[in-house]
Amino acid sequence: MKYVLQLADNAMILGQRLAEWCGHGPILEQDIAITNISLDLIGEARVLYQYAAEIEGGGKTEDDYPYKRDVRDWRNLLLVEQPNGHFGYTIVRQFMFDCYHYFHLKAMADSKDERLAVIAKKTIKEATYHLKYSSEWMIRLGDGTEESRSKMQEALDDRIRFFDEAFIPSKLENDESLKGIAVDCLSIRDAAWTKFTEVCNTATLTIPEVKFPQKGGKDGMHTEHLGFILAELQFLQKSYPNSNW
Amino acid sequence: MVENKSHIEEVLRNVTDPEIPVLTIQELGIYQGFESEGDKITVLITPTYTGCPAMDMITVNVKSAMEDAGYKNVVVKLVLSPIWTTDMISQEGHRKLKEYGIAPPVEKTTDSSFLSGEEKVVPCPQCESKNTQLISQFGSTACKALYKCNDCLEPFDYFKCY
Repeated sequence: MKYVLQLADNAMILGQRLAEWCGHGPILEQDIAITNISLDLIGEARVLYQYAAEIEGGGKTEDDYPYKRDVRDWRNLLLVEQPNGHFGYTIVRQFMFDCYHYFHLKAMADSKDERLAVIAKKTIKEATYHLKYSSEWMIRLGDGTEESRSKMQEALDDRIRFFDEAFIPSKLENDESLKGIAVDCLSIRDAAWTKFTEVCNTATLTIPEVKFPQKGGKDGMHTEHLGFILAELQFLQKSYPNSNW
Repeated sequence: MVENKSHIEEVLRNVTDPEIPVLTIQELGIYQGFESEGDKITVLITPTYTGCPAMDMITVNVKSAMEDAGYKNVVVKLVLSPIWTTDMISQEGHRKLKEYGIAPPVEKTTDSSFLSGEEKVVPCPQCESKNTQLISQFGSTACKALYKCNDCLEPFDYFKCY
């Protein structure tokens, strides 16, 4: 169940982050595109939280996980909780996540856990569109004007330290009981990096050397940003406990 | 109540999609049949996109159509398998989409070749011109992309392959 939550948390937090763009996109079409992706991710989070609630039982519902857990209980990658910044930061973050997400789902489609396999087979159709979208924007802005290129490079230089966390197995992912169920995240690293490098090259961006790779999200050790996201996400449940539609 | 399978089937087949009201849930391919046990009827629906916000509305519409037809004990169950694809949209569904001004999917379901693939030619649903251009991969709903016709200059929605 903890593994299912880890997957759900990634989709939930990135979905919430992207939703912040709603009504603020640089142009209408991109506002809509970003919030479409947000919707897909929140949809993915919901089916995973529903699954987690079924496994845990005891009357748990899908809402208990996003609304009633504090920072240290969340298992999402540090990458997804990073602020939107300017549009370039959002695209770089999205592209890194999509490189991981796409290959992760591709591998998860072969999971011995049938429910996870079905969820992967369904959501990869959506993740394929996400990867195509973020790749195109990496290239358009990277290989764009002097200004767009420098903004993309700045975003890449800053966010690269969060990319590799996705491919470093946590204690949980290495657990013997999850063998064949959880994706061996190290095994998808090459494919994800190949796609990442290929697009960065086309975008004429330089992949910076990673001096201080960051990790900890999968163990509940987060950056300061997650608390602020949860404050907004959970406000209603905290002010009016157990309120419902 | 005397259970009448073909009657139930007919009621369910006629429920329309809230976003694209010209299509029934059967033509869209999301209706996956029903199961009955005593007077309890469980209707199976598979979502288009995982986060499709119309699912709640469809659930309500299915229940109210069934209630109007005299079936009170109805549960709508969302199932992920079989996984919905645009291939499940019927021929009649394709025709109705086009008539409604939404270009139907031009190819079979998405696969990975799409990542590196060329842009498809999507004919304009208004004037049939093949001289069209993609404006945005993400349109008014998750399942549609936004296109523009370079001949009649009308923008239009395209039901993208899934």
